[in-house]
Amino acid sequence: MKNHDVIVQDLAPRKFGRLGAVWIGLLLLLIIIGIIAYVDQLVKGQVVTNMRDYALWGIYISNFVFFVATSFVGSVTVAILRLTNNAWRTPLVRIAEIITVACIAMAGITIMIDMARPDRLLNLFIHARLQSPITWDVIIIPTFLVISLLLLYFPLLPDFAILQKYYSKTKPKLSKWYGKLSLKWTGNAAQKEIQTKSIRVIAVLIILAGILLQTIDAWLFSTTYRTGWDSTNFAPYFISGAFVAGVGALVTVIYVVRRARKLEAYITEYHFDKMGKLLALACLIYLYFNINEYLIPAFTAKKGEEVHLATLFTGHYAPLFWFVTIAGLVLPIIVLLFKKGRKPLPMFFIGMIVVIASWWKRYIIITPTLLEPFLPIQGVPESWHSYFPSMHEWAITVATLAMALLIITLLVRYLPAVPIQRTADEQNLSATLQSSES
Amino acid sequence: MENNSKKSRRKFLDKGLKIGIASAIGGVALSKLSTSLKANAEEGSGETMELMTTDGTIIQVDSSEVVEMGHRHGMDYNVREGIPNRKFVMVVDLAKCKNALKCQSACNKAHYITGDNAWMKVYKMQESEDTAPYWMPTTCQHCDKPACVTVCPVDATFKRKDGLVLIDNDRCIGCRFCMAACPYSTRVFNWGDPGQEVTLNLDMTGVEPTPEYAGMPSLKGTVDKCDFCPHMVKEGELPHCVTACPNGVFYFGDKYEDTVTNGEETVRLSKLLEEKAGYRLLESLGTEPSVYYLPPVDRLVDFEDGMEHFTEFQSVEKPVKE
Ligand code: SF4
Ligand code: SF4
Ligand code: SF4
Repeated sequence: MKNHDVIVQDLAPRKFGRLGAVWIGLLLLLIIIGIIAYVDQLVKGQVVTNMRDYALWGIYISNFVFFVATSFVGSVTVAILRLTNNAWRTPLVRIAEIITVACIAMAGITIMIDMARPDRLLNLFIHARLQSPITWDVIIIPTFLVISLLLLYFPLLPDFAILQKYYSKTKPKLSKWYGKLSLKWTGNAAQKEIQTKSIRVIAVLIILAGILLQTIDAWLFSTTYRTGWDSTNFAPYFISGAFVAGVGALVTVIYVVRRARKLEAYITEYHFDKMGKLLALACLIYLYFNINEYLIPAFTAKKGEEVHLATLFTGHYAPLFWFVTIAGLVLPIIVLLFKKGRKPLPMFFIGMIVVIASWWKRYIIITPTLLEPFLPIQGVPESWHSYFPSMHEWAITVATLAMALLIITLLVRYLPAVPIQRTADEQNLSATLQSSES
Repeated sequence: MENNSKKSRRKFLDKGLKIGIASAIGGVALSKLSTSLKANAEEGSGETMELMTTDGTIIQVDSSEVVEMGHRHGMDYNVREGIPNRKFVMVVDLAKCKNALKCQSACNKAHYITGDNAWMKVYKMQESEDTAPYWMPTTCQHCDKPACVTVCPVDATFKRKDGLVLIDNDRCIGCRFCMAACPYSTRVFNWGDPGQEVTLNLDMTGVEPTPEYAGMPSLKGTVDKCDFCPHMVKEGELPHCVTACPNGVFYFGDKYEDTVTNGEETVRLSKLLEEKAGYRLLESLGTEPSVYYLPPVDRLVDFEDGMEHFTEFQSVEKPVKE
């Protein structure tokens, strides 16, 4: 058993090494390129994208849906791990909460990038109409952001107090900040009670808000008549998809943090094994809804639907469709069945593939449907018959992804990625802690 | 009134708006117009009223000179409410259409369409291999249950009581949700600067058409579509596409009056629909369009003749570059 000081030293945030600096530099570069592209889009209008009257939404929207989906990880881990009091959650929840905050913040930004008149953003409040699913989004996204920030913050209080003490000599300035953030946390019974209660409330809230968020996101599409979107299966389909995307991202980020911060002693193979099972479960559920969404309609497909399914199964989008289905869904299930598949390194690759497939999955949900309207596409330039993102769209989209990674990186840099107090408690060292404090 | 909010651009439907406001304020107007109506009215009642004229000065008027006046066709009306007691409909007789495309070019010209996607499309249709091909002109269907209006988050696209579905492009945020929602793919977007030449019509003769004259000028980052030409309808005239068609394909009219006209003949709407078995596009979706179609039976011309004008990849003629 490790003693308390070692734990604090291991888990306290610390400066990046060379590699970390390069990583941040790279992200900043991508973000700057994206900002330049966005300014150009503001000036010239969305002609700089390859979206046109038929493909009227593109990767901005699919990227938005991806962010929303990934942000679901906070709700999932809370629902499955915190509320059920699973012991193996301790080193995982903080990172899950960080991913959630980063993704939902970026979702909000991404949807604004898609607006052709961001200068009229306020109209969404001034002239808000409750019957539009976009208005529901305008309500739920900030709500979810606030809840996820609280969920990140409240469990951090004791850790902030520890860090204040830890840095009091070496870095007085940083220590002051941690002190302020800790809200005078001393760890007495009254404080603990309030904290536990609040976390419980927030935990319930984030599950509700998370499910609502995914549902509204699905309704954005299923409230239209479009073939492939007009589906009653869409909300649970999106929720289960979000489960997969979220856990996939969690596995990937945890692996990287573990290596970068050398946390092998805290995030063990046992944790990866558990996460592997969780991911497999997520994929199985999602597979079930995919069958409901694609296979069963094939039996009674109306004409439009038949065309839609054909472009996915054998047509233009077939390679992408089978990639996201096989590599992003079936393959993980098979690999994760084996104990060897649930070791950290294979899990990392599986997580990566799942995340990439999740991103393209949203593309597959949005683009083909838009290019199959009820009336034929006629009288428009030939290039409007298909869609592939322009350089501007890629630059901007990559920048949003980089920004999400930057938020995650910075939060991991300044917050203890693994909860210190809880780890200490679990290792039965709280007694030592108290005596050293007094 | 709606136009309290801002900008003169909003007067897109009404040249006589100022007079309109003055009369609408009190629901009264000077009775000069109405002397004939009140021919036997007594010589002044002795009471006076204060009224504001269009240029803002207050004048004293004998109250017997003042009468209540309802809104009339061709006068002002609330742009968001529509022309009172009307319900505009269109009937498209597919049997007569030979893809002359005069409707399209007239609409393009009148609305200064500069993009690549016309508001008025003539589709080359063929449902299945064994069924006959035909030409199908489409406008916005001005649905009574418009999917586009339901999803708009800011009420920029709205449904009027007279049946028109219009767009307030001063309010539109450019989310394109309405385009995704419209099952008739009728909406077009200004992806870049529309580049319309807005010539201010200063001589007041109203001859020189400008985007103001035909509707709102298009704006970058907002959505557009067929507006059923309210600027014409208000004057009691027919939309451009209707008058431009050499074959009398389009009938336009008022459902409450049960009459529609294509400029040459005026017919009972109900009778026309009954006799020619009228139908509406994608009826099963429940959008309740205001545009009716008459099936392409007993055609006078070959479908093939229309192929001459068919351009698969173009609907707006581009000015030839020098
Ligand atoms: S045709 Fe489309 S744009 Fe026109 S009213 Fe109907 S749903 Fe709206
Ligand atoms: S694009 Fe404009 S009109 Fe259409 S839904 Fe969005 S705000 Fe409304
Ligand atoms: S009614 Fe007016 S706007 Fe609509 S297609 Fe005809 S000319 Fe164009």
